This record gives sequence, structure tokens and C-alpha cells, in this order.
Amino acid sequence: MNIFAAVAEWFLDPSQWSGPAGIPARLAEHLGYAALTLLIAAAVALPVGLYVGHTGKGRIAVVSVASALRALPTLGLLTLFVIVMGLGLMPPIWALVILTIPPLLAGAYSGIAAVDRTLVDAARAMGMTEWQVLAKVELPNALPVLLGGVRAAVLQVIATVAVVAYINLGGLGRFLIDGLAVSDPVRMFGGAILIALLALVVDGLLAVAQKYAVSPGLADRRHRQRRETPTVGAVQGGI
Amino acid sequence: MEWLLANLPDVLELTWLHWLQCVLPLLLGLVLSLPLGYVAWRLRPIRGAILSVSSVLYTIPSLALFVLLPFVLGTRILDPLNLIVALTIYAVALLVRSVVDALESIDDGVRQAAVAMGYRPLRRFFGVDLPLALPVLFAGLRVVSVSNISLASVGALIGVRNLGTLFTDGLLRFFVTEIVIGIVLTLLLAVVMDLIIVAVERVLTPWLRAGAKQPPAGTGAGFAARPHAGERPDPAEAAVLP
Repeated sequence: MNIFAAVAEWFLDPSQWSGPAGIPARLAEHLGYAALTLLIAAAVALPVGLYVGHTGKGRIAVVSVASALRALPTLGLLTLFVIVMGLGLMPPIWALVILTIPPLLAGAYSGIAAVDRTLVDAARAMGMTEWQVLAKVELPNALPVLLGGVRAAVLQVIATVAVVAYINLGGLGRFLIDGLAVSDPVRMFGGAILIALLALVVDGLLAVAQKYAVSPGLADRRHRQRRETPTVGAVQGGI
Repeated sequence: MEWLLANLPDVLELTWLHWLQCVLPLLLGLVLSLPLGYVAWRLRPIRGAILSVSSVLYTIPSLALFVLLPFVLGTRILDPLNLIVALTIYAVALLVRSVVDALESIDDGVRQAAVAMGYRPLRRFFGVDLPLALPVLFAGLRVVSVSNISLASVGALIGVRNLGTLFTDGLLRFFVTEIVIGIVLTLLLAVVMDLIIVAVERVLTPWLRAGAKQPPAGTGAGFAARPHAGERPDPAEAAVLP
């Protein structure tokens, strides 16, 4: 039978849509791991990025740490954490957190650093405190770049969580790994389609969110510029 | 250390395979993205289409792409070719945008001067546009190189032999040393590749070192392509910007 027909049948099989190994359950696991990772990574990366962007202190350290972390092989880090810290939920999550920090950090830092310095000086001259400068001037102006970093981070997490199935966790990657183990190409193909679809849908949603979250003043100014907005994929780094 | 010495031939072979699996896609990606980027740059109407297709391709997670490709290409699932094609797709997706940004960054006055001096389109592209686009293009190459080297190890999950094999094997045998050696070698490979790319860039762009401390207009604007940036970062820094 044609593989595509077989995969369509796999998707239509009602047993795929229920139970702990069904598609909804795996999807929920996938999103759950991703959300947990993002929360921890954001709690670390965003404050550091904002601080460095605002004060300019530790700029070189942040840039070099972010690029060094980017070169780390996903699979190597995952297996290392599992062997050193044991099986279970948290070891792979910590590995994922380390991989998620660079895009968030770079987004926060470069977003703030790219804000026109005259705007910041004007804000100070008007008597704003440092906190007000950060919250009312730098953050809104940095939002497009910062959200770009968030989008890159989210995509990377969704891609990396697929690999986590290899070390005995759930998520949509299970279909691939289990399918490979029992040489079931239909299940692998179906799982791969699900993961790809999830990434595309989430990216689309984030693109829309990014559009709405950006202050209208900036959106307008961007519109008039000829250069297109950067896609975030641009520097996703190791998936 | 003893393990490394005992298994040196194997480890070296895996490193060599890993390097090949990353360099081939990098070169293929460059060769493919130059004409694509040029077309996207010249023909504004299809630029949007080319750039969106490339960003959609880039969005597909690596493991999924590795698994989908055999069905599309008709290759065996364990064929290293799948990995090479997948990494080439990522390279093209990233580099097309770099090429467009790089060509866009060139001062129009320079181009008009070339036309006024009698350069024909093809010669102008290779003699004027391409050289001036190199700094931004190389910033893109460096990003692709780092991300490919780190991505390739995921290929070990679908049975492709490279440094990632040290991770799957190390996990199987619960052997930390092997995994650490794999990580160190991967990082080393990324650094060496980066140095090679930077060296090639220095050779190809002698005018950047010659006099001007000021980089040419748009250097590093590639990825950074900030909507309203006050200052442009240098290419090395741009490489880590989202």
C-alpha cells in the first residue's frame, strides 16, 4: 500500500486519538515540557538580558556565552544530563533550559541595546527613573526584537522536545522513536508530520501575536521602512 | 583519556564523517542560495514567496525533517544522504535571506558607478555586488556552520554515523566519558570551522583590513536586520542576534 494512504489511515484510526499513547496525550506532554522549559529559561535569561542591555555591563560576556551555548549539541547535552542526574523529568528539562537561554538572552539584550540612545537620554532628561526608562521607553521599543528572540526560543524548544523521547520521556517524538524501534515507517511518518505541523502552527500564532503586541507607533514606523522585518528563524541555532 | 586513546581511530573517523556531513551542506547551500537570493533580490514580486518558503522550511524541526525526507526522496531511512539533504535545506533557508540582505546592503551609488563605468550585469554581479556582499554573507555562513554542526548529531538517532553516535552509544552503555568527549569534539569542530570561515573571509575581503576601520555600509545588518536600529552590530555579534 502507498505510504501516504497508510499514513492517512493511521491518522483516521480512532485508537490514535485516545489513551495515554494517543495523539492528544502526546501533544499535551510535548506542550507541557516546552512550557516548563520556557518558563525556567525566561526566568533566567530575560532579567539578565534586560540588565545587560540597560547598563551595558557584561556585554561581551553575554554575547560570547550565548554563542558558545549555541554550539552545544542538543543530543550530547541531553544524554549527559540523563547519565549524570538520572532518568526522570527534570534532567532533560535542565538540558533544554540551557539550550533555550541563548535566543532569549540575545533577544532581550540586543533589543534593549538597539534602542536609540537619544530616546533614552531624552527620557532621563525628562526626569524618569532608571526603572521608568527601562519599563516605559526601552522595553516597548525593544519589543519587536525581544519577541523575535522569544519566537526563536519557542520554536527551538518544540523541535528539541521531539528529541527528548529518545531518553524515555513522552511527547510527539515518541511516535518517531518507537516507530524506528519497531521499523514502523507509517508511525514515524505520522509523528514527523505532527511535529512539523505543531512547529508551523505555533510559529504562525506567534507571528500574529508579535504583530499585535508591538506598539502601534513602532509598527507604523516599521511599515514605512523598506526593509522587511527580520524573520526569526534567522538565527535559531541548534535545533 | 584511556578510552579516547583506545578508540582513537573510531573517534577520528566519526569526527571526519561529522565534518563531511556539515561541510557538504554548507557548500551546497551556498551554491544554491546565491542564484536563489539573487533572483529574490532582483524580482521583488517573488521575493516574499522565496523568503516565506525558506522560513517555513527552517521552521520544520530537524528530527521531523530527517524522518520525512526518506519518504520524499525515496532513500533508505538510515541513509546519511537524508541528513545531508536536510542540513542543505536549512543552509539554503538561512543563506537565501543572508544573500538578499547582503545585496540589499550595498550602497546604490557604488552600483551606479559600476554601471557608468560600463560593467555589464553579469560582470557587475561578480565584480562589484558579490564582493561587497561578502561580509554579510559570511556572517550567515558562520551561523549556518555552527547550527549544522550541532544539528548533525541528532542524525545519530536515525542511525547516521557521526559524533552523535558517541552520545547514543554513551547513553546505551551509561558511559559519561564518551559523551563528554563527543560534546568537546563537537564544540572543537564548530570553533575550527568558524576559524576557517573567518580566515577565508579575510582572504576574500582584503580591502576591509587595508585601510578602513569603518566597516562598509550594512555590515552585519544581515540577521540583525533590526527594524529601527540605532547602531549596527559587528558581524561577529550579529551572528548571535535573533
